[in-house]
Amino acid sequence: METEMKVNRNTTAKTVKKKKKGKYKKHLVHLFLLPAVLLYGVFQLFPLITAALNSFYSWNGFTRDSFVGVDNFITLFTQDPYRQFFFNAFQHNWIYFFVTVLTQLVIAFILAVIIYGSVKGKAFFKAAFFLPKLLSVIVIGFLFSLILNPTRGALNTLLETIGLGMLARPWLGSTDTALYSIIFVDSWASIGFTMLIFLAGLQAIDSEVFEAARIDGANRFVLTTRIMLPLMLPSVMVMSVLTFISSFEAFEYVFAMQGSSGGPYYSTDVLAVFFYRLAFGTVDGGQAVGVGSALAVVLFFIIAVATSIILLYFKRKDFDR
Amino acid sequence: MRETPLVQGIKYTTLFFFTFIFLYPIFLMIVSSFKTNMEIFTSPLSLPESLTFENYVEVWNVVRFSDYIWNSIFVSGMSVFIVLFVSSMAGYYLSRYSFKWNGFILFFFMIGLMLPMKLAIIPLYILMLNLNLVDTLWALIFTYVAGGIPFAVFIFYGFFRTVPRAIEESAKLDGCNEFQVYYRIVLPIMKPAISIVGIVNLVNVWNDFFFPLIFIRTDSLSTIPLGMLTLFGEYDTQWNLLFAGLTISSLPMIIAFLFASRTFMEGLTSGATK
Repeated sequence: METEMKVNRNTTAKTVKKKKKGKYKKHLVHLFLLPAVLLYGVFQLFPLITAALNSFYSWNGFTRDSFVGVDNFITLFTQDPYRQFFFNAFQHNWIYFFVTVLTQLVIAFILAVIIYGSVKGKAFFKAAFFLPKLLSVIVIGFLFSLILNPTRGALNTLLETIGLGMLARPWLGSTDTALYSIIFVDSWASIGFTMLIFLAGLQAIDSEVFEAARIDGANRFVLTTRIMLPLMLPSVMVMSVLTFISSFEAFEYVFAMQGSSGGPYYSTDVLAVFFYRLAFGTVDGGQAVGVGSALAVVLFFIIAVATSIILLYFKRKDFDR
Repeated sequence: MRETPLVQGIKYTTLFFFTFIFLYPIFLMIVSSFKTNMEIFTSPLSLPESLTFENYVEVWNVVRFSDYIWNSIFVSGMSVFIVLFVSSMAGYYLSRYSFKWNGFILFFFMIGLMLPMKLAIIPLYILMLNLNLVDTLWALIFTYVAGGIPFAVFIFYGFFRTVPRAIEESAKLDGCNEFQVYYRIVLPIMKPAISIVGIVNLVNVWNDFFFPLIFIRTDSLSTIPLGMLTLFGEYDTQWNLLFAGLTISSLPMIIAFLFASRTFMEGLTSGATK
């Protein structure tokens, strides 16, 4: 339509000179798109594509050497210590995902249901729960490394003060609790955000549905589990996939609280931290950019599968409308 | 539904319990920043004996806090401005002019929404090495801009489609050219989209730790999050300084949130679901 109109205007114009100017201007319009395409293409898309290609080469520091086919992948999956590190970290990513879903999504759902009901001070509670999300991940990580400190930390002191001293332990220093402590810190920062997503999902449901169920005599428990939960399933699913993606990208909390080796004894090592060591640190006595690139491709693949589930879902929803 | 006092009691107890869980660590951080190291050690939970700003003065002197803050402001300001500028133009173009490649370009931007940029860090680092940008703030700015563009383009594209063309067409008939229409007519109606894109990018860039960790080597070029790593590396036993540093780092965002909590919450949640 736009172009049509312009053609009309150009043909009604009296001189050839004006026609030329119009055409020139029309091409100028592409300048609107150019900066975004260039910046995004050079600094994001090009690195993303190169990252995939890099995994098929051997590397000498940050210099690409020769084409080696899938050797880097074979090294990653079969050769120690890479194999050990990979499966150890891979397992932790899965634990990260399941425990986060259990704590973060369940608590966020309960809080959303409560706030959706009739309570005073909704705005205050929403803001209070959301506030941690605004802090830098590294600040949160460092703050909790102080709070969870075994001797000077506030948590153990608090437990002793209220007579639960037997629960006090070196949260981040023991292989039994370190990973779970990190996951709880992550949940602490993200519950408010997840709760708001769920609340938006609840508010999108027609309130007459709840009315009808109430008239039919549904009690609170039935209302929550049989009516709200199924209707909320889309938001729950989207949040689960987002949690999955963030669990497989987890880096900062581990780095802030346990350093780049995922201590103690690699008990909190996750794939992104292992990737960081391969690319910018040392594994097995040296830098391993090739194996690191292979790991990046594996992670790309895992995340792309999860993302396409979300996209397929949204496409179906659009289609249903 | 009528609620018994018991149900009401359970509801409010749950809410206040979680309010405590979420706010107490932040409260503790701020309170501890006014204590001496000895006080934190002997009574970590008590309120400070006196309200002094000594820790702040000292932490300001022992690490380059004024540099960190300036770098963070510069990087965030430039990144957010460039993202807004280039993405709003691209979104406008895609929604207003239909060429045969529009669908392809939307797909082109979508790839960036799907894949995390952190995993492309090796080629990105090599690219910055080749461009001589490693250890400069521009490495960060270009990275954040490229990372912010896909989401911003989609938000602007969505918004522009809801703005009726009649407004622009009448302006064109009155003699405005494309660029004038864009700046005088379209941009002012775009405030909601601008605030969503601005807030999402500001929070991401201001708080990011990963890219400064990779790109910045010189302490005086650190942003605030990377500066925290320096502080924690060098003064790990002086908790009074650590708490003061953490408080200075988070205060700008906390204050901004107090003034515009609704805008922040709406902006950041729409960032996840759209």
